[in-house]
Amino acid sequence: MSEVTTTLNMHQIEARATEKTTFGFWVYLMTDCVLFAGLFSVYAVLHGNTFGGPSGHDLFKLPYVLVETMVLLTSSFTCGMAMLAAQRRDRTQVLAWLGVTFLLGLTFLGMELSEFHNMVLDGNSWRRSGFLSSYFTLVGTHGLHITFGLLWMAVTCVFMIKKGLTESVLKRLTLLSLFWHFLDVIWIFIFTIVYLFGSRGI
Amino acid sequence: MFASLLGKLSWSQLPQDAITRGGAGSIVAGVFAIVVLITLLGRWKWLWKEWLTTQDPKKIGVMYIIVAVVMLLRGAGDALLMRTQQATAAGASGGILDSYHFQQIVSAHGTIMIFFVAMGLMFGLINLVLPLQIGARDVAFPFLNATSFWLFFAGMALVNLSLVIGDFSAAGWLSYPPLSELKYSPTVGVDYWIWALQIAGVGSMLSGINFLVTIIKMRAPGMTFMKMPMFAWSVMASMTLVAFAFPILTVTLALLALDRTLGMHFFTAGSGGNAMMYVNLIWAWGHPEVYILVLPAFGIYSEIVATFARKKLFGYTSMVWAIWAIVVLSFTVWLHHFFTMGAGADVNAFFGIMTGVIAIPTGVKIFNWLFTMYRGRISFKSPMLWFMGFVVVFTIGGVMGVLMSVPAIDYQVHNSLFLVAHFHMMIVGGVVFGYFAGLTYWFPKIFGFRLHEGLGKLAFWFWIGGFLLAFMPLYILGLMGATRRLDHYDASLGWQPLFIVAGIGALCVGVGIGFQLLQLIVSIWQRDQRRDLTGDPWGGRTLEWSVPSPAPVYNFTTTPVITDRDQFWVDKQSGKKPVKQYEDVLLPKNSGASVFIAGFAFMFGFGMVWHIYWLSVLALLALVTTIIVRASNDEPEYILTAKEVEKMDHALSRRKEQYV
Repeated sequence: MSEVTTTLNMHQIEARATEKTTFGFWVYLMTDCVLFAGLFSVYAVLHGNTFGGPSGHDLFKLPYVLVETMVLLTSSFTCGMAMLAAQRRDRTQVLAWLGVTFLLGLTFLGMELSEFHNMVLDGNSWRRSGFLSSYFTLVGTHGLHITFGLLWMAVTCVFMIKKGLTESVLKRLTLLSLFWHFLDVIWIFIFTIVYLFGSRGI
Repeated sequence: MFASLLGKLSWSQLPQDAITRGGAGSIVAGVFAIVVLITLLGRWKWLWKEWLTTQDPKKIGVMYIIVAVVMLLRGAGDALLMRTQQATAAGASGGILDSYHFQQIVSAHGTIMIFFVAMGLMFGLINLVLPLQIGARDVAFPFLNATSFWLFFAGMALVNLSLVIGDFSAAGWLSYPPLSELKYSPTVGVDYWIWALQIAGVGSMLSGINFLVTIIKMRAPGMTFMKMPMFAWSVMASMTLVAFAFPILTVTLALLALDRTLGMHFFTAGSGGNAMMYVNLIWAWGHPEVYILVLPAFGIYSEIVATFARKKLFGYTSMVWAIWAIVVLSFTVWLHHFFTMGAGADVNAFFGIMTGVIAIPTGVKIFNWLFTMYRGRISFKSPMLWFMGFVVVFTIGGVMGVLMSVPAIDYQVHNSLFLVAHFHMMIVGGVVFGYFAGLTYWFPKIFGFRLHEGLGKLAFWFWIGGFLLAFMPLYILGLMGATRRLDHYDASLGWQPLFIVAGIGALCVGVGIGFQLLQLIVSIWQRDQRRDLTGDPWGGRTLEWSVPSPAPVYNFTTTPVITDRDQFWVDKQSGKKPVKQYEDVLLPKNSGASVFIAGFAFMFGFGMVWHIYWLSVLALLALVTTIIVRASNDEPEYILTAKEVEKMDHALSRRKEQYV
């Protein structure tokens, strides 16, 4: 029996770990997709159940939501710019682009909350009807995801400032940008199914 | 002021009646006894370092199984109470329980048995065996794996806390609205149910992702998909279902919680809610859940039959296809749980046909197992007995299931004990027997010694005899019109003798469980005579038997290279001994963060149950902070050098000589 010892190739191990994590994150995104699919189908069932209250047609202000949408889409673009800068290992640019992304995300969130706030002030809260319960929950869950994404972005920036663009920071940036684009896709569906269809009274 | 800080919590929430006090008392006394024992033995540090903070899937698997076994005892206790109630509560006699209490026990029994026994045994066995089977040293995300376990633990703790403070849901194990809405269930029972399952469910979902990635990305070199052991295939299928089904559970529970806490109207009877939507949603998760539980059990049977018949598994390829056919079909049958909803003839016909169709791949598997046994040299060890018991019980239960897949027949037996008998035959006969078989089979690999065969066989015979005695009468009672969750009935119906027979059956199962506990105690007592020194006590076929028992922390000294199905069997036949190489091994460091995350999740859930919102907010903040602190750790792993591996390996060999 011959006994041979070998040592670890850390670089290879790290590369494999990144591959594993990215794949795992994709699977997570798919589970999140199912979660939203559940909320969308609930909305589809309940969107007509206004129980004498206002419908989407009465409530939604399309121009406002269009601005909201453009803000979020732009944030996806700037997030992509941050990733390109990350590939060039340009930390200052990454931070700058992520900063813009963060502000745009915050603006989106603020606009959403203000829309919610006005509806509640008008007496159209989630308690009003099955339709409004499902509306607030679907859109609000997306908003919660955005909130989580913003927190994640802030933490990653702090890590980046403290540690530099290390392998682990780069890995997290990749996942974060996947997450951010994913939320964009979900929003497109919300914009179409909730707002466009809703304001047309479909 | 102080009162509002505590939400709905007050002294009056402590148990008031004798039976609940007994249950609560035994939980408190049990926890207290464990704490005292550990303190007296001075084992806290050891427990924390060796077990609670571990990220070794083998140890995590053991912890899952310990929790599941303890919960099995509680669930079985609930079952005995229900059987006693139904055996005695005829006519003038009210039985031993009041109606509300009986409904709580029914709900707790179902919830605990599915979520904390069956799921616990499943994830336990997967943790123990899967990495070894595919030639991996770990799972894909060890930290996530530990966190999943602790979230499972937190959910379990919440369910059991409900016995001590407050009450538990009395709305059945799936808490259908509008009964489970605040208006009709104003106490905290349903909230306990929601948050316990929500927390444990998130853990399960993370586990699903984890094992899926493990199987897809971490198989040993050369192990193509079609060379994987059947258990690995079944886990892959089951975890795919977890990834697709559990988010639906998360949504459903969240919506019910929103109804109850924020006054929303998803499932309320008025204001535009739709209670039937809940039933659709919960079964869109719930039906796949049945297959999530049973597929790994199928995988275990496949391993056991091949090993104990000393033949390769018959029809490997058709087994794989059957598994994936079940995965797809399991999402097309959920409506058969509520044919009586009145969705119309077309919809019912579609789901009825799909339900019948799903019996085909299952039948393929049964025949494959039987053909594996055919002309094999079968040794009737206790895992094999569990398998053969499974074939009998599962086939009876399966045929009854196909019978009920016909909507017209389902209308007759809907919500009756006929259905209760059917699904117990599937879940106990299919799932639990499989996990018992797997536990007996893999026990030596994990602990290094075999379980006592004689007591194991005795336990099996009490189990299967008692099980048939307990559930065959329920088929008859169901056809006679006895509905489920029945706490009292008229004596003139003539049901009591059959209920008494069922009660005797449940007692026999209880004796079986007693023998299992005795088997464990005797085996630990005699462990030195029962050592498995070969690492291959049954004549196994797959990689886990190629390493010493108990499996060392690094699993394999050298990453195995695969050329065949049943690689280890092929190597044994050809007399090939792999060249022993030692290599550096990267292993996860211990981390207490998982325990803290789950602890905060528990506090969050407790706050939500009792409307102590400041506690929930604080717990959530603490949870997020823990995750961030954990994320800032860039070195979660350590290197076990080749020298150390060599030393440990030699120590294992020396220990072997010492016993020989």
